[in-house]
Amino acid sequence: MRADLAIIADWIKPGSSILDMGCGDGTLLKFLRNNSEVDGIGLEIDAQQIESCVRDSISVIQADLNDGLEQYFSDNSFDYVVMSQTLQAMDRPDILVEEMLRVGKQGIITFPNMAYWKGRLQLGIRGIMPVTRGLPNHWFDTPNIHLCTVNDFEALCKLQNINILERTVVDHTHSKSTLLTRLFPNLFGEIAIYRFSRNGM
Amino acid sequence: MPDTLPPDSVGIVESKSMHFDQLLPLECGKTLPEYDIAYETYGELNESGSNAVLICHALSGDQHAAGYHAMEDRKPGWWESCIGPGKPIDTKRFFVVSMNNLGGCKGSSGPNTKRPGTDKYWGPDFPIVTVRDWINSQQRLMQVLGIEHWLAVIGGSLGGMQVMQWSIDYPDSVRHAIVIAASPKLTAQNIAFNEVARQSIMSDPDFNHGHYLEKSTIPRRGLMLARMLGHITYLSDDSMREKFGRELREGKLNFGFDVDFQVESYLRYQGHAFVDRFDANTYLLMTKTLDYFDPARDHGDDLATAFSSATAKFMVISFTSDWRFSPQRSREIVKALIKAKKPVSYVEVEAHHGHDAFLMPIPHYMNVFHNYMQNVGRDIK
Repeated sequence: MRADLAIIADWIKPGSSILDMGCGDGTLLKFLRNNSEVDGIGLEIDAQQIESCVRDSISVIQADLNDGLEQYFSDNSFDYVVMSQTLQAMDRPDILVEEMLRVGKQGIITFPNMAYWKGRLQLGIRGIMPVTRGLPNHWFDTPNIHLCTVNDFEALCKLQNINILERTVVDHTHSKSTLLTRLFPNLFGEIAIYRFSRNGM
Repeated sequence: MPDTLPPDSVGIVESKSMHFDQLLPLECGKTLPEYDIAYETYGELNESGSNAVLICHALSGDQHAAGYHAMEDRKPGWWESCIGPGKPIDTKRFFVVSMNNLGGCKGSSGPNTKRPGTDKYWGPDFPIVTVRDWINSQQRLMQVLGIEHWLAVIGGSLGGMQVMQWSIDYPDSVRHAIVIAASPKLTAQNIAFNEVARQSIMSDPDFNHGHYLEKSTIPRRGLMLARMLGHITYLSDDSMREKFGRELREGKLNFGFDVDFQVESYLRYQGHAFVDRFDANTYLLMTKTLDYFDPARDHGDDLATAFSSATAKFMVISFTSDWRFSPQRSREIVKALIKAKKPVSYVEVEAHHGHDAFLMPIPHYMNVFHNYMQNVGRDIK
């Protein structure tokens, strides 16, 4: 399983309910169902990925996240709403983060950190848009239209009155929490993983 | 029909009939004293009676869902694309039951059958039956056939409505509910189309207030018009453009009111063919059944409450170009199921075929359907 998904799986309490926004082939939901009796539902837009989910008995709804969650989910429907490696490809990440906290008690987001040192080197020294393992596409064919950094995301949370409960970044070895990633997450974190809730909740 | 049967067809099948002399109370307040249900089955029922799947038909469908009645048949059953060995509804694993709904015209009691104890056709006096009445009659056949529960109830369009009603009315009898190209209730636009269809039938001079069988007439023109109108709404703008464009039948304009364009010829052909196989009173009745369907009505107009008793797992499928029962209607079903905390998956299949897409072997649709049915098969005891 992808490193960020393994960390998310660790964070989610057994027996809880989750919504996985952009669930892909249902890897996380399947793992949580089999290992911690988590009741989950996934949203996915890609036809092939949905076929995989259905094959594995994962509840999946074919939906475009950019249309919002209004047409399917009422307030406070889930313990957790997860969005892994998807935020940066959305039309309006800020609105979706709000939606996550409308339908769920807690949100969990992972995204590729644009300020990762390898990316900085490519942009700062070579003067090209970064292409890294976390961001494998070229600028012209990338679905990632709203890239951000660890600092950017935390600023957004502050702006939207969102309380960050937990943060982890993984580096290029995908081992979590080395001394460098702890001290300089915005420089050495390749993938950022956040758990958050509404302030005052 | 080819000279040999395709290997993935159920092959030669026959329609059977079951007589019920138990009163059937109807939602309209009337009672059917006795009735017949025509049905077909494909595959074998296992010993525990736990591998049965019910197929519910749409407005103009019937019990002949798969296979051929005779080698001379030009066409197989209406859902040949999905039912058969190795197909999504795999007859090697499932015992498939398909019935002609009450009020139909293919052997079940309906306007074109004789009223019990008389030599007269029911005609327009056959009571208006609802989806709920159908489910009650289907449940009786289920018991007679020794079926413990439906492993799955599956249907498209009006058939999908029956699937929902099954899951609500007999929650313990349905394990999986597969609702395809359906709607939780008809929109005003849909009812309007049905009303035009009914008016075209009833205004045909040969309709004779519905007593046309006694008078040995058939409201051919009215029924044909109704079908032509319906057919337009089952296709999409794109599929009609692709199929016919503005192609001329004789390669030139005729400057008259007869057929110029291929699409006109096609609609007339479809209309004519329909008159030969369908009953006008049944058409009136089935469109009313459609109009009346609204399971939320008995639950404070809240569909989620209506679904609250259901124990089935749901699979909902819609098609992007379906404007008769649009994806938006299916999303309403999905939203209600989620609110009612029922397990549900929903797929919106990219297809240009319009409402008729649910009958087509569209690859993504078939894959999803096949994958889902594989899981259904794991629940066989």
